[in-house]
Parts: sequence; structure tokens; C-alpha cells
Amino acid sequence: MVDLNVHIGDLQLKNPVGTASGTFGFGEEYADFMDLNKLGAIYVKGLTAKHREGNPYPRMAETSSGMLNAVGLQNKGVDYFISNIWPRIKHYDTEIIPNVNGSTVEEYIEVTEKLNEVEGINAIELNISCPNVKEGGMAFGVSCPSAMAVTEAVRNVFDKTLIVKLSPNVTDITEIAKGVEDMGADAVSLVNTFLAMAIDVKTRRPVLSTVTGGLSGPAIKPIALRMVWQVYHAIKIPVIGMGGIMNATDAIEFMLAGATAIQIGTANFIDPQVTLKIMDGLVSYCEEQNISKISDLTGQLRNI
Amino acid sequence: MKQIQDFKFSGYKWLNYSTYILTLKTDESVAGLEPGNFAELQIPDAPGVFLRRPFSILDVDHKKNTLSFYIKIVGKGTRQLGKLKLGDKVSVIYPLGNSFTVNGTQKALLVGGGSGVAPFLLLGRKLKKHGVDVTFLIGARTKEDVLLTEEFEKLGKVLVTTEDGTMGQTGLVTQHSAFTDDFTFDKIYTCGPDPMMKAVARIAKEKGIDCEASLENMMACGIGACLCCVTETIHGNKRVCTEGPVFNTKELVWLI
Ligand SMILES: Cc1cc2nc3c(=O)[nH]c(=O)nc-3n(C[C@H](O)[C@H](O)[C@H](O)COP(=O)(O)OP(=O)(O)OC[C@H]3O[C@@H](n4cnc5c(N)ncnc54)[C@H](O)[C@@H]3O)c2cc1C
Ligand SMILES: Cc1cc2nc3c(=O)[nH]c(=O)nc-3n(C[C@H](O)[C@H](O)[C@H](O)COP(=O)(O)O)c2cc1C
Ligand code: FES
Repeated sequence: MVDLNVHIGDLQLKNPVGTASGTFGFGEEYADFMDLNKLGAIYVKGLTAKHREGNPYPRMAETSSGMLNAVGLQNKGVDYFISNIWPRIKHYDTEIIPNVNGSTVEEYIEVTEKLNEVEGINAIELNISCPNVKEGGMAFGVSCPSAMAVTEAVRNVFDKTLIVKLSPNVTDITEIAKGVEDMGADAVSLVNTFLAMAIDVKTRRPVLSTVTGGLSGPAIKPIALRMVWQVYHAIKIPVIGMGGIMNATDAIEFMLAGATAIQIGTANFIDPQVTLKIMDGLVSYCEEQNISKISDLTGQLRNI
Repeated sequence: MKQIQDFKFSGYKWLNYSTYILTLKTDESVAGLEPGNFAELQIPDAPGVFLRRPFSILDVDHKKNTLSFYIKIVGKGTRQLGKLKLGDKVSVIYPLGNSFTVNGTQKALLVGGGSGVAPFLLLGRKLKKHGVDVTFLIGARTKEDVLLTEEFEKLGKVLVTTEDGTMGQTGLVTQHSAFTDDFTFDKIYTCGPDPMMKAVARIAKEKGIDCEASLENMMACGIGACLCCVTETIHGNKRVCTEGPVFNTKELVWLI
């Protein structure tokens, strides 16, 4: 029996496999396809203080080995989440982690304060890296002072595990990671999507209504992996890795590069059962390699 | 309940140079489904095709355990899906989306263009079973693109318009005399290119009757998780894959 438990802040996750925010709805959307209780964590769709309609259609474009999205944080607001969605999903025996967003520091604080009160919510993922909103979002995550300021403000009002989700759209991701670690983050998750665009040559117009959007999927995996490896060596708090993980081999690469846990995003769209397959693959790998605790894999990249 | 199931390629019926009926077969039983439902197919061996592709369900055979799809080639995925070999595996997520409503309808006009006629076979059958008087109105560029008419004739009257006048009346579907002669339909169902559906919905509004349109927005997940496929409605953005693909056109903002 391989011990699959991993620790992130005060959380003990039953396995390292979680689902990335915005790609797994509120979990329920996948309940027909899999037993959600098997997941290590579900990072649910990004929340804001108030209802947001998101960006106009078209919001997506397929690319070679990936996709662009420009959803723009469509959600019904944190109050609606707490009173209508949370009661429906809280019984799942997995860690459900809300993804917190804001256009201002005050909005991040407002959303966090409300979630802090909810029993059963043991952690939040602070999204300072959404490329699809005009104000706030990624703007906080691409400058070190603002990333630190928002992390500090949220840390002051949140007693539980605080995960900060980093943007890859920066010159040096380790600098931001160190900054948020200094401000009291319990873990970092990376990466969010890469700012990108697509053009329809027939119409000579951008494909997305917002011109630019966020690139996810296997196209970003090698860059995401490099960033996880760099950040792992720069900070002491745990790293949650993601970006183009499609199978167990990809997941193992992220763990070897330094991830304590991982998130699966775009892959869920192609195979709604992919998380279970990745879990099985992780177990087989550990068995083959005689690893009794999966946490022993983290950062075990050998020298060349 | 939605499910993911492996099917095997079982056969093609090519209808013209760019349109085929694809039949897939499974060893298990095929789930129950309603007219308007669609499926997300994973296309095997298709370089550059990353996501699944959504297609309306043309037909289902619960005895033979088959599903069939009416597919028009528009790009790399639909082209590759036309090159399967016997035994090739196709993973299918289905049944997805809502369905057309038939309650209260007595005389229905089904207006389709291009691959938009796909959901009309199951819909026509259901309407007929409910004793509804069914008329199909099919619009195409030219005669070769007017397909499935034999199937539709078993279920009701078939009217045709072609832009080049090679079959039926000349012009666009909305110019067909069915809309001007004494018009006694109490419901319109439409599926096809957006401009066609909008024009049809406008006529329905003028006539004061209900119109249901099946939308074909681009989709990533098809199961309600990603919020990529939304359409604007009077009640805010709704997911075409989950609250749709069928909408009463009164609800759609594009009509107003
Ligand atoms: C609910 C639903 C039901 C559908 N039912 C059918 C059906 O029964 N038969 C059928 O032939 N097609 C149907 N479609 C459309 C079908 O999904 C697309 O034609 C297909 O995904 C194109 O894939 P491709 O790889 O060949 O095209 P790509 O190479 O991806 O794209 C080629 C061109 O087609 C356009 N395109 C791609 N996807 C769509 C889309 N979803 N809608 C409109 N244009 C698109 C692109 O903008 C591009 O210009 C349906 C779509 C939806 C959402
Ligand atoms: C459609 C879509 C919506 C997303 N929405 C959010 C979101 O609300 N909050 C967030 O932090 N990340 C969001 N993301 C980013 C993912 O959580 C993840 O960081 C990214 O997709 C990279 O992982 P992947 O390549 O495995 O998908 C979204 C991604 C996609 C594709
Ligand atoms: S395609 Fe993902 S929500 Fe509709």
C-alpha cells in the first residue's frame, strides 16, 4: 500500500491529485463520471464579491495542444456560493478549496472574510493571476509589491490555509513566490494560464471577444514544469504544480520537479475521468519504484 | 445520466462530397436520450485536434446498440472523423444538453440549414408520435446539399429552398412561401447557421408563436464545467451545453 497523503499548510490531502479552478465547475458537473470523494482536492470556480457575467462569447479557441479561454470569472458571487452551492457540495469527502478573486484589495478581503466564516472550508486559493479581467486579477500577480500587498491583506483576515496562485506572465516567478511566502502564504500554486491570442485569417479578426486570453493544456507543460522547479528551489512552503498535466507521467514530472500536490485542468475536458487514471498511475509508479510514501517523490529530481 | 462510453466505428453513409452519416456501435446498451441531445466525440488519430467535438445525435438504435451522427466536413476534426476504419475506437460522452419541448404543439414547422437538420430526425419522430402535424423546411445552397429528405418524408411534408434554384423554391429558407401563404403553424423549431436561425426567430416573433432554436456554440467541456459556450439570454449568460443547446428564442438576447 502506497501512502498517498500529502500536506499543504494545515491540510492533509488524501492524495496529491486535485482539479484546477475553472476547469471542474463546482465538482458536481463531474459527479456522473466519477466518485468525487476519491479526489485529493477540488479547487472550485473563481469567486468574486458580486455576481459577474464574465466576458462576451466567443470565449475559447482551440490551439495545437491546448486552448485559449477568456471566460472572465463568470460567477454568481461569494454569497450565492456560500448559501446555495456550498450546501450541495460540502458533504463530499474531499478538500473543497474556493478560488478567490478581486478587482481591488478590498474585494479580495471581502470574499476571504466571508469564506473564513464557513465551517468546512479549510483553505482558499488566492488567484492573483487571472489574465481575463480588465481590472485586478493578473495585475496583482505580475508585480511583486502588489502580489505581496494583496497576500498580506488577505493573510490578516484568514486563519486557515492560504494558497496563492501565481501567474507565469512574469520575468522572474521566483521573486513573486518569495514575496508571497514572506507575507505569510502557506503554499503557492502555479501556473495559471499564459497570456496569448488567436487570429481568424478569414475574417482578420481576433478569435476571442477580448482579443487576448489564457493558454492552457499540454502546450504550456514544459514551461510550467520549469517554473515549478525554479520556485521549489526558491521557497520553503509547498508548491502545488499544474499546467498541461494530461497523464500520470506528467504528474510525476511535476512532483519530481518539486510539487507536493498537483492540479489537473484542461485534461478534464477531454477525459472527465482523467484524475482517477492519474491517481492509479501514480500508485503504479510508486509500487514499481518501491516508494512507500508519495510525498517522498517531491523534488527528487536527480542531477544529470 | 451523462456517461462516457467507448464505441467502435461501424460504418459510413456518404451523402455528398462533404457530408456523411457516421454510425458507432457499443457492446453495452446505449443510454436513453431525447431529441436535441448531443454527444462529445473524441476523434482518434487527428493531429492538431485537441478537444472533443460536439455533434447532435441523429439516430439511436437500442437493439443494435448504435448511435449515428450527421456530419458535415468543415475542418480538421470533421475530416478525420470521416476516415475511420472498422474497429476504430471512439470515446463518446452523452447524452448532453436539454431537448426540444413538444407539449401543446399541434402543427410544427422544422426549419433547418446545413448540418442543422441533424436533430430533426429524432424530433420529427417524437412529434409524429404525439400526433403533431410536421412540416420540414430545408434550406441549402444547391440541390446536392439537400439531404435526408427521404427520411423526413416518412414523418411529414418536406419543403425545400435552394439559393441557386436547383431544387424547390429559389432563395433563402425565410423567403419560402410557407411563411406567407396562410400560415397555420403554432410552433417553429430551427437549427442551422446563426443568421438563418435569427431570421426564423424574427418571423416567429412577428407571427406570435413559439420558436425553439438549437445553438452550436464552440465548446470545450460540453458538460457545464468551463463556461466557454455561453449565450446571452434575458436571464444572463447561460451554458449552451447544459441549459441548451435548445432555447426558446424569446429568451435569447440575439433576437431582441
Ligand atoms: C451542440 C452542437 C451540436 C452540433 N451538431 C452538429 C451536427 O450534428 N453535425 C455537424 O456536422 N456539426 C455539428 N456541430 C458543429 C460541429 O461541432 C463543428 O462543425 C465541429 O466541431 C468542427 O470541428 P473541426 O475540427 O472539423 O473544425 P475546426 O478545424 O475546429 O474548425 C473549422 C472551422 O469550423 C468552425 N467551427 C468549429 N467548431 C464550430 C462549432 N462548434 N460551431 C460552428 N463552427 C465551428 C471554426 O470556427 C472554423 O472556422 C454541432 C455543434 C454543437 C455545439
Ligand atoms: C476554461 C478555464 C477557466 C479557468 N478559470 C480559472 C479560474 O476561475 N481561476 C483560476 O485560478 N484559474 C482558472 N483557470 C486556470 C486553471 O486553473 C489552470 O491554472 C490552467 O488551466 C493551467 O492548467 P492546465 O493546463 O492543466 O489546464 C481556468 C482555465 C480554463 C481552461
Ligand atoms: S462547453 Fe464547458 S460549459 Fe459548456
